[in-house]
Amino acid sequence: MSFLKNSPWILHYNGSSCNGCDIELLACLTPMYDVERFGVVNTGNPKHADILLVTGSVNHQGADILKNLYAQMPEPKVVAALGVCATSGGIFAPCYNVKGGADKVIPVDVYVPGCAVRPEAIIDGVIKVIGVLEEKRAKMLEAKKEESL
Amino acid sequence: MHSILYGVLFILLAPFIGGFLAGLDRIITARMQRRVGPPILQPFYDVFKLFQKKTIMTNRFQAPYIICHLIFMIFTGFLFFEGSDILLTVFVLAVSSIFFVLGAYSSKSPFSFLGAERELLLIMAYEPMVLITLVGFFKIAGSFHIYDIIASGKPLIAYLPGIFLGFLYILTIKFRKSPFDISYSHHAHQELVKGITTDLSGKTLALIEISHWYENVFLLGFVFLFFGFNIWIGLGVTLAVYFLEILIDNTFAREKWEFVLRTSWIAAFVLGGGNLILLYIFM
Repeated sequence: MSFLKNSPWILHYNGSSCNGCDIELLACLTPMYDVERFGVVNTGNPKHADILLVTGSVNHQGADILKNLYAQMPEPKVVAALGVCATSGGIFAPCYNVKGGADKVIPVDVYVPGCAVRPEAIIDGVIKVIGVLEEKRAKMLEAKKEESL
Repeated sequence: MHSILYGVLFILLAPFIGGFLAGLDRIITARMQRRVGPPILQPFYDVFKLFQKKTIMTNRFQAPYIICHLIFMIFTGFLFFEGSDILLTVFVLAVSSIFFVLGAYSSKSPFSFLGAERELLLIMAYEPMVLITLVGFFKIAGSFHIYDIIASGKPLIAYLPGIFLGFLYILTIKFRKSPFDISYSHHAHQELVKGITTDLSGKTLALIEISHWYENVFLLGFVFLFFGFNIWIGLGVTLAVYFLEILIDNTFAREKWEFVLRTSWIAAFVLGGGNLILLYIFM
């Protein structure tokens, strides 16, 4: 039995967001939406996290930081891009300092559009990404079995 | 023979009681913040999930240190519930804490280092009060053996009210509750206050959680000792103290380490020391 779906711990990274999506993400933790009902905890540490939530487009300066954060997360791990900027770069895509969406740097599993992304959409995205997390764990277990054979 | 049974019961049941209490803590905390809160089994889900994650070791000594931390924590509780020497119990607890600090020092992260330093300062803050409590127990019960302290049947709280209050003050440090949770907080969203566990992940983090459950049950047992003359009053007060800690957790902002060290030593020497001096004058 997998317990990943019962306790997804999230890590939030702000690429170069206007803070709109960040505020909506934090709104999920407030009494109105209270995602802790589903065991979601906002950790400040990549080594404790299962899900990386990226808001804002990724710029050249922040790309290495994002890669580093992703590398520090223990397997199985998933990434969700929140808001249109994190999915594609949004209106900032043509800027000289912007690389584009989060998928230009790390593999993204779920894209949640919106400007700013609504808390309901974020919760929906987190539930979707938990499904991917389960798949990744199953794959991890298979790989382990093959290794031991 | 019976006493060893209690020790074994502690080893078997404490994780369940501790995890259950942690779940209750999270629900009560959520209700205090007008939220619904997670299911009561949430702490168990978290720990099981952590066991399913890959563990990243930053140093090959990290895992042995954390395992030693857990083993000595279990041993502390075993000695306590078995009715052994309370001095030994408290010093085994200190050994356990030091292993946790070593585990944090074994990594290279500056946050982990800061957490370890803060944990050492916290240990410094609460140790004097714990030792004064032990001397108080000895003065009343005439023995350092927990079995004799309970068997004496004396209402320790009637003789040691100051020491009890001082002990409650440092209990907030040991429970890692809000004003004093500077090295490892339950609801930390910043890296610094999760300090001592920064470089722990997966299984090692799960072991820390489990050892914290053992520690909580042991500490509540320590509170019970003051009311050992009547089991129902004892249990009631113990649960009330746990609720009080949750309330304090939700009503106070985190303090700096200077404040924690200063005030806990003042509490130890004024409340604890004053109580002891009065005991020595009048008894």
